[in-house]
Amino acid sequence: MAQPKKPSARKSGTKPAAQRMSGAAIIMKALQDQGVEVVFGYPGGAVLPIYDELFKTNAVRHILVRQEGGAVHAAEGYARSTGKVGVVLVTSGPGATNAVTGLTDALMDSIPIVCLTGQVATHLIGNDAFQEADTTGITRPCTKHNYLVKDVEDLADVMHEAFYVAANGRPGPVVIDLPKDVQFAEGTYKEPAENLETEHSSYRPRTEPDAASIEEAVRLIAKAKRPIFYGGGGIINAGPDASKKFTELARVTGAPVTLTLMGLGAFPASDKQFVGMLGMHGTYEANMAMHGCDLMVCLGARFDDRITGRLDAFSPDSTKIHVDIDPSSINKNVAVDLPIIGDAGKVATAMLKSWRKLKPRRDKKAQDAWWDQIEGWRKRDCLAYSQTKGKQPIKPQHAIKRLYEIIKDKDHYVTTEVGQHQMWAAQYFQFEEPNRWMTSGGLGTMGYGLPAAVGAQIAHPESLVVDISGEASFLMNMQELGTMAQYRLPVKVFILNNEWMGMVRQWQELIHGGRYSETYSEGLPDFVKLAECFGGKGLRAEHAGELDDIINQMIDHPGPVIADIRVVKDESCYPMIPSGAAHYEMLLGPEDEGSGGPRGAASAAGLALV
Amino acid sequence: MNPKETTIERHVIGILVSNEPGVLARVIGLFSGRGYNIESLTVSEVDDRENLSRITIVTTGTPMVIEQIKAQLARLVPVYDVHDLTTEGSHLERELALIKVANTGEDRIEALRIADMFRARAIDSTLESFIFEMTGSTRKIDAFVDLMAALGGVEVSRTGVVGIARGSRLDMPMSRSKVAGKKTRKRKI
Ligand SMILES: Cc1ncc(C[n+]2csc(CCOP(=O)(O)OP(=O)(O)O)c2C)c(N)n1
Ligand SMILES: [Mg+2]
Repeated sequence: MAQPKKPSARKSGTKPAAQRMSGAAIIMKALQDQGVEVVFGYPGGAVLPIYDELFKTNAVRHILVRQEGGAVHAAEGYARSTGKVGVVLVTSGPGATNAVTGLTDALMDSIPIVCLTGQVATHLIGNDAFQEADTTGITRPCTKHNYLVKDVEDLADVMHEAFYVAANGRPGPVVIDLPKDVQFAEGTYKEPAENLETEHSSYRPRTEPDAASIEEAVRLIAKAKRPIFYGGGGIINAGPDASKKFTELARVTGAPVTLTLMGLGAFPASDKQFVGMLGMHGTYEANMAMHGCDLMVCLGARFDDRITGRLDAFSPDSTKIHVDIDPSSINKNVAVDLPIIGDAGKVATAMLKSWRKLKPRRDKKAQDAWWDQIEGWRKRDCLAYSQTKGKQPIKPQHAIKRLYEIIKDKDHYVTTEVGQHQMWAAQYFQFEEPNRWMTSGGLGTMGYGLPAAVGAQIAHPESLVVDISGEASFLMNMQELGTMAQYRLPVKVFILNNEWMGMVRQWQELIHGGRYSETYSEGLPDFVKLAECFGGKGLRAEHAGELDDIINQMIDHPGPVIADIRVVKDESCYPMIPSGAAHYEMLLGPEDEGSGGPRGAASAAGLALV
Repeated sequence: MNPKETTIERHVIGILVSNEPGVLARVIGLFSGRGYNIESLTVSEVDDRENLSRITIVTTGTPMVIEQIKAQLARLVPVYDVHDLTTEGSHLERELALIKVANTGEDRIEALRIADMFRARAIDSTLESFIFEMTGSTRKIDAFVDLMAALGGVEVSRTGVVGIARGSRLDMPMSRSKVAGKKTRKRKI
């Protein structure tokens, strides 16, 4: 079973056009033919032939990161800000294992990545050779697919197929493990085949929705009394036009729109129909509307546990339509009434068309009453905070709000690390367009933001790229300051420095009796000096009166900047659905007991969900 | 909770995959990684021209979990087709077992008599042992093994279940068969 008895019958990767060259040259040529402009990588013994080919041909631009984990996150930032496939090149053994976190991150957030890993020569595989790791074994559960190329004649096919698999259907990371002898061996190059979408022998994900289901959905939306759109990263992945179509659709129906952390930007945040992000740190109005709706239209989101809260209390009285390109997302956590398999953009387009054709009458009166109810929830003003001016300490929320207000008219991209600053960024930064916001949603990877910002800046050299960071997360991948220095990348690192692993501290305060076990950021570096020693500019803001000035200095500086924003240390992030609570049982502030009973009274099952 | 969400069902699932390295690890990893059950798993190449293997998995779970299992299998890149034999009309299930019984005297005669009733064939014999070959449903083999265990020392090797749908419909036809040219292989969704 393990070994095919004859060369693989992969008939679908390529069309023939014989050209003989080395494996390394086949790899370069395939990258070129796939339209790859940039590769993020780090060299080593097992990829020397590929680096040699790179040296000789200069076929693609190589960005030398400072750790392979950074390479994958950078490729993710590149992919998410451009919609293209991000490409990574690392060596065998430790190079490949360092890439594992990034691959898992890309799998969880459905980001298209092709990661080339070096491998020891085929005759050494299995011998515990120097820098050997079972890369395909290790990465099997954290990639969408992976390949070990043992025969150079399969190489061109595999290269092209990998790009197809990474980008089509629900996108994800693909690893190609490349033994060193295969890189040296001479083989035939074949150009990419057209129409893999219809011709691939086994992987042909469905993207066109079923017409009858579309009409049914449109009828349900029209006759709903309390509809809501719940959009996610699938809309972003479907390309910028999908967001446009989704926005149009929401507008013609007049229904409120909420977005997941991954979906921010799929609908303009400034639009009156936008009720904010939903979920654990979503707005009061978004979660209440999700709970109270009679029709939920989920597009490209997956009913993740951070969204639903306690499952048995999740939006009990609604009819649910779920649009997803991945059939395995349907009915995984929440049973839905009308599943629609398809690309989010194609579905939104089809629904819009069907709406215009059917011209359904909507229940205006009921929907007006629904909006009145939503306005009532909005009046709670759940994101309100108080900021005193002058020499007073800076509230982290205020820092994000001012950052947003000062840079909103500039062409900008925002990445984040993981923690409270990430949630505040999601709450207080407003995104009007897709592909502008990059954060680690599914895996919650501290250290994502800095390399992701590097990738976004490489893709958009003229734009303002800001990594909204926490002092603890920043230290996880700060070696990428070296990459920024080398390529003169003017990334702005905006650290909300609360001297704590704030998000963990918050949980300890809430459910572990304030026993702050190991969450204080002891021994922090001087971030200003740190910036300077990597050739950047360091700035610090210590009180509210100087915040705007520091932000302005940061964006005016043409090179890399670290802005150390000293913020209130013990601020917690609200609203919050405590773990195990229902999605309407939000804590709105430190004094709030929550409608679900006293804080800290989370069930054992709830605690385990953390 | 709706009883449908809690009742555990047994399903036999047929999977047509590309016979390439790692494909079995991928299928098994999916089951262990997501906490699904495997009661038995069989695999062999079934189409050497197209390099296809067929896996039969017997699994248990709630209806929602069974649906998940099928959807998760279907989205693996080297998987061509997934069929739930339990829900798609009636089907046949068979296992092959080799059962060695070590005993002497009266028990030996009794073992032969029972084997005859069960249509098990003796395919090896010494003065102190028999090896029986038997095909049948899992339940039938279980019953036979239980009886043999009462008659001596027993060692068993079983294939696990293979299954196929009854009737003339070809769910996962061979490429060489007459219908293959017409692209009978169902498109995955
Ligand atoms: C790699 C990794 N390790 C651990 C965690 C758990 N974790 C989540 S948030 C957090 C604290 C983050 O601190 P900081 O970067 O200062 O952000 P803050 O919450 O203070 O804004 C930790 C440790 C994680 N998400 N990722
Ligand atoms: Mg912190």
